[in-house]
Amino acid sequence: MSALLVDTWWMTHRRLKAQLRQPGLVVMTLVQPAIWLFLFGGLFRKVAELPGFGAASYVDYLVPGVVVMSAVSSSMWSGMGVIEEIERGTLNRFLVSPVRRSAILNAGVVEQAVTTAIQSVVIVGLGRLAGASYPGGFVGVAVLVVASVLLGAVFSALSNTMGLLVRQRETIIGLSVALLLPLTFLSTAFMAPALMPDWIKAVASFNPLNWSLDTARAALTADPDWSVVAVHGGWLLALAAVMIATSTLSFRSYQKSV
Amino acid sequence: MKQAAEHAVEADSLVKTYPGGVTALAGLSITVRPGEVFGLLGPNGAGKSTTVNILTTLVRPDSGTASIAGHGILSRPDQVRRLIGVVSQRSGADPSASGRDNLLLQGRLYGMGGPALTRRVEELLGRFDLGEAAGRPVRTYSGGMQRRLDVALGLVHRPRVLFLDEPTTGLDPEARAAMWEEIARLAAGDSLAILLTTHYLDEADRLASRLAIVDRGRVVAEGTPDGLKAELRGDAVHLELSEPPDEQEARSLVEMLPGVREITLDGRRLSARADDGAAAVPVAIAALDQAGMPVAAVTVARPSLDDVYLRYAGRRFAQTDEPVAGGAR
Repeated sequence: MSALLVDTWWMTHRRLKAQLRQPGLVVMTLVQPAIWLFLFGGLFRKVAELPGFGAASYVDYLVPGVVVMSAVSSSMWSGMGVIEEIERGTLNRFLVSPVRRSAILNAGVVEQAVTTAIQSVVIVGLGRLAGASYPGGFVGVAVLVVASVLLGAVFSALSNTMGLLVRQRETIIGLSVALLLPLTFLSTAFMAPALMPDWIKAVASFNPLNWSLDTARAALTADPDWSVVAVHGGWLLALAAVMIATSTLSFRSYQKSV
Repeated sequence: MKQAAEHAVEADSLVKTYPGGVTALAGLSITVRPGEVFGLLGPNGAGKSTTVNILTTLVRPDSGTASIAGHGILSRPDQVRRLIGVVSQRSGADPSASGRDNLLLQGRLYGMGGPALTRRVEELLGRFDLGEAAGRPVRTYSGGMQRRLDVALGLVHRPRVLFLDEPTTGLDPEARAAMWEEIARLAAGDSLAILLTTHYLDEADRLASRLAIVDRGRVVAEGTPDGLKAELRGDAVHLELSEPPDEQEARSLVEMLPGVREITLDGRRLSARADDGAAAVPVAIAALDQAGMPVAAVTVARPSLDDVYLRYAGRRFAQTDEPVAGGAR
């Protein structure tokens, strides 16, 4: 077990170090969220005044939406890294070494969790700059971060699975383009459920992005509804577990296809 | 079993068929002794890389067995992985990390650490002439430097068996010569066994102490480079005719000449073996010319590995890079 932890640590260390080597990329990933928060949030500021919207300010409402949307957006690219490591021979170099197979997989999950968590915290800070307040306090923000990490795990596992099985960059790009905006607009990211058309509300209840929003928004209120947090967070956790298990299986299938 | 423990690598009747019915290996057997450089020579698609992939635990054979220093690749893959170093065709080094960081990580994957690892990494950086570039990202390295780093990566944990899969493919002649020197030095050192795959005849000739010629997934000849060449008595005579000849007629004409044998026809190229090449050539040219088959070019050569390949695989080496039925891998 301790050997597995050591292996996982070094494999994760390698990936995080690679991230740190390109700080420009980290800043780039924050440009989009800033645009959503400051420009979109500013433009539609009066939406919160619609009867029945039910939020003190639109920026307050918008922050969780931008956090989870960004988590999906950045996680969907993780399959690109997988393809690159296959093509470059890096994955095979690890596979002929004694490093534990599960450590290779764990490292991907841990790296994604760390980067999504940092990204989420930074967006929460940006939201603060844009004038948002978080009545749920530290615990509320922590639940938001965990929910976005789980959501990120779902989509990075999906992306990794595609990378391992299809091994085409176009597939990953296509998946990202095809999923990100529909998932965002078919959720409560930008609009309160009370004001959404019925069909969108119905679709949203099956949308994992919406589960993470329900979880986070329930925890971010002054008087959190923990049963909602537990139920919706539970679905999210279950889906993340299923997706990670799927990517593990696709890893086995890659090993057979070498 | 006692015998097996003495071998660095032992592979017995390896068979591998890929989905789609492509047979990569059709019962390949080799034995590599400790401390020797064993060459696996064959054209692209002969099954060399599949053999390396199986012996390095990356791929499972459909049937057959193999062991590294007595440890079965299927029963004890973890043990095997600690004993082998692998330099595959694709680099595998992280281009954004420095050469030193790549080596440090590689050592850690094998459970090394602390000052012992640092010392080993600095030693390898010096030995492979990467000291000055050690702190630079690998993506700034030249092709030769990257390849030297790849070999260093394969050696960090002091393996017993080093696999070099086409180590000089894609290198310029200068870098290639340097790599040859390095491999020769490795072989001269400790009891490291090296399994080298190559499709360069001169590379196998120069580096391998023993070699196996692989064709269509099996070994067709095995021995020392000199031994294999010595089996071919006499000079190799190659005649290039101006027109593709009538095979029967050309063959029977040349067969009648004294001291000439092993005639092979391959398009316009007629190859044969002659006790005395210089004497046979004028006679052969005259005979062919008279029969209306003028000769455009002639070469006479001492036996080369190319001739060995021709003899055992039944075709010339240089032409086998074209796709061969059933040999896409």
